[in-house]
Amino acid sequence: MSEAKPAGGKIVTGPFLFFVALAVIGVIFIIKRYIYGLGAVSNLSDGYPWGIWIAYDVVVGTAFACGGYSLALLVYIMNKGQYHPLVRPALLASAFGYTMAGASIMVDIGRYWQSYNLFLPWYSQVNSVMLEVALCIALYVLVLWIEFSPTFMEWLKAKGLLQTANKLMFIFIALGVLLPTMHQSSLGTLMVISGKKLYPLWQTQFIPLLALISAIGMGYAIVIFESVVSATSLKREIEMPLLSKLSGIIPWIIGIYLIVRFGDLIIRGQLGLAFHGDLKGNFFLLENILFIIPLVILASPAGRNSPRSLFYSAVSLLLAGSLFRFDAFLIGFNPGPGWHYFPSFSETMITVGIVSIEIAAYMVFVKRLPVLPDMGHA
Amino acid sequence: MDIERRDFLKIAAGSSLLLAAGESSALMRPPKSMPPEAVGMFYDSTICIGCKVCQKACKESNKLPAEHTVIGPEMSIPVWDNPIDLSGKTYNIIKCYKSGTAENKNQEENGFAFIQRHCMHCVDPACVSACPVSALRKNPTNGVVTYNKDACIGCRYCQVACPFNIPKMEWDNPFPQIRKCQFCDHRFKEGKFSACCEFCPTGASIFGPAKDLLEEARKRLTLKPGQYYDYPVATVNSKQKQRQKVAAYVNYIYGEKEAGGTQFIMLSGVPFDKLGMPSLSDKSDAALSEGLQHTLYKGMIAPAAVLAGLIFAAYRSTKNDK
Repeated sequence: MSEAKPAGGKIVTGPFLFFVALAVIGVIFIIKRYIYGLGAVSNLSDGYPWGIWIAYDVVVGTAFACGGYSLALLVYIMNKGQYHPLVRPALLASAFGYTMAGASIMVDIGRYWQSYNLFLPWYSQVNSVMLEVALCIALYVLVLWIEFSPTFMEWLKAKGLLQTANKLMFIFIALGVLLPTMHQSSLGTLMVISGKKLYPLWQTQFIPLLALISAIGMGYAIVIFESVVSATSLKREIEMPLLSKLSGIIPWIIGIYLIVRFGDLIIRGQLGLAFHGDLKGNFFLLENILFIIPLVILASPAGRNSPRSLFYSAVSLLLAGSLFRFDAFLIGFNPGPGWHYFPSFSETMITVGIVSIEIAAYMVFVKRLPVLPDMGHA
Repeated sequence: MDIERRDFLKIAAGSSLLLAAGESSALMRPPKSMPPEAVGMFYDSTICIGCKVCQKACKESNKLPAEHTVIGPEMSIPVWDNPIDLSGKTYNIIKCYKSGTAENKNQEENGFAFIQRHCMHCVDPACVSACPVSALRKNPTNGVVTYNKDACIGCRYCQVACPFNIPKMEWDNPFPQIRKCQFCDHRFKEGKFSACCEFCPTGASIFGPAKDLLEEARKRLTLKPGQYYDYPVATVNSKQKQRQKVAAYVNYIYGEKEAGGTQFIMLSGVPFDKLGMPSLSDKSDAALSEGLQHTLYKGMIAPAAVLAGLIFAAYRSTKNDK
C-alpha cells in the first residue's frame, strides 16, 4: 500500500490563489444567504424550487465523485489489482466531491438547523426517496474518509493503527460500493414523483438504472480526467498503459446505457419527441451525441492509446452524464406556465466557490500527502 | 471463492431485471383510498362572484400578512389586497379567466369565470410521500394534509412532487417555512371549519364530509341550465340556502379522480384547463415512486444480500494484496 508518495512542490501557486479567490467570493454570498434567505442570492422559485445547487453541486457533483466507487468495483470486487495505483487519488477526489455536495446541501436546504431530523427515527419517512438519498450520502461521506484514512496514517507514520485499518478495510470497501449503488440510482428515482412536470424524454421508471450506469461510466471518466490533469499540471508522466486499459471498459458501459435509454423510449413510443427541433428535443440529442463520441473513440485501440483522445473521450462522457442530469432536473422540468429559471450570478458564484474550495484542497493534499502513485522520478 | 462473486453478480443482475420487467403498473404500489371521515371542500365556479372574501378570511384566520403588488394598465397602482398567486403569504386565491370581450360569466368564448386555488388535500398526496422527515402528514381520520415546521428541513422536495404546485417557500426569510392551506384545521377544535367556506356569501365554496360533497356535485350536474336551485351556503348540509339560476356546467367533477383523487373538488362552466388546472392521470405519482423504492429496498433484504457478497469479494481482494 505504500506505492504512493507526496508529489511535493510549492503550495501557494498562481492557480491555487485563483481558486482561493473564487472560494472567497462564494463564501461571501453564502454568508449573505444565511442572513437574508435563499431568495436574496438565488433565482429559485416555488415553480423551480431546485436549481443548480441541487442539479450541479449534488447530482452532478456526486456523479463526478464516483471515481472511488467505480475503481473499487474494479479493483476490489472484480479483483483487478493492477489498477490499484489509481485508487488513492480517485478516493481523495471522491471524498472531496461528496463532502462538498454535503456542504452544498447545507447551503440549499431552508431549515438547515433541523437537518439532523433526517437521522431521528420518529421523523424519518421511509417512503421518501429523499430520505434514502440523504442517509446514504451522509453515511458514504463517512465511509469515504475512512477509506482514505490510511493516507493520513502513513503520513503520521502511525504503523499500528495503519495495520488495524488495513485489516478491517474490506468492510468499508464493501460499504463504499453498496452505498453509491443505492444512492446514485435513487438520485434518478427522485424525479419519478414529479410526474408530468418532467418531460417524457426523461420521465421514466428506468431513470434509476440510467443514473446508476452513467454514474459508473462517469467514475471511470473522472479517473482518466484527473490522472491526465494532475500529470500535466504536476509535470509527471501520464499512467498511459493503465489508463488505456481502463478506458476499454467505458464503451461497454456506454453501450449498455444507450440500449436501456433508447429501448425504453422506443417501448414507450416517446422517441419521436427527440426530433421535434425544440429546446428539450435538441438537448436530448446533444446529451446522447456526447455519450456516443467516447463510445466510438474508445472502441478502437488507437483511441485508447492516445492520451489526447483518451482525455477528450473522458471529457465528453463527463459532459454527457452531466447534461443527462441537468436535463432530468432542470431543462426537462416544467412546473407549468409562468415559471422560469436561470441561475443568478450570486447563486452561480456559490457553486463556483464550493468547487474551488474542493480543487484548492485537492492541490494541497496531493502535494503533501502520499496520494499519487510513485513514478520513480517524480 | 468464485462462487460468492458469481452470486453477487446474480443478485446484481436480478435486481436490474426486476427493474427491466417493464409494465409500470407492475411496480406501482396499490392506490390509497379516502380516509373514513374525510372532510372536504367543494368549489362551484359558476356561482362564485369573485368577491375575494374567502381570501381575506383565509389571511385573518391563518394570520398571514398582506402582499404588496401592483395592478393597472401600466402596473403603476400599488395595492395591498391583490396577491397575484399563491405564495408563502397566501394560502388561498381567487383567479379570473377572461376571453375576448369577457361579456358573459361561465362562458368559454368572450366570457369569464373564476377559479379558487389552494391545497387539494390529495387522497394519495405526493408531498407526503416525498417528505423525508414526515413534516407533511395526512391525517388518517379526516385526511387533512398538515405541515409541521419542527420536522421540516426545507429540502423543498414537496414542491417538486406536488402536481398542483401548492406548497410554497418563504424565499425572503432566513428561517423559512413551507406554507400551504391546511383546511384551517386549527379551527376544527373550536367546532369551526375552513374560514374561506364560512365567509363565502354565495355558497361557491362549501365545506363538509367528502362523500356528501361529491354527492352534491353529482346532483348539480343533473340540473338543467336556467332552472332554479337552492345552493347550500358555508357547508354542504347547511339549512341556509341561496336560490340561484343554474348555469351550464361542464360535465366533469375536477378532483374526483385527479392524481388519485382529492378532497377539494370543483365544478365549472368553463373547461378546467382554461382555468389553469393541470390535466393529470388518475393515479398518484407517489404510487410508482414508492413502488420502485420498495421493490428494491423491501426489508433491506436486497441491499443486505449485496453487501454480504461485496464483503466477501473485498475481503478476498485485500487479502491477496498483503
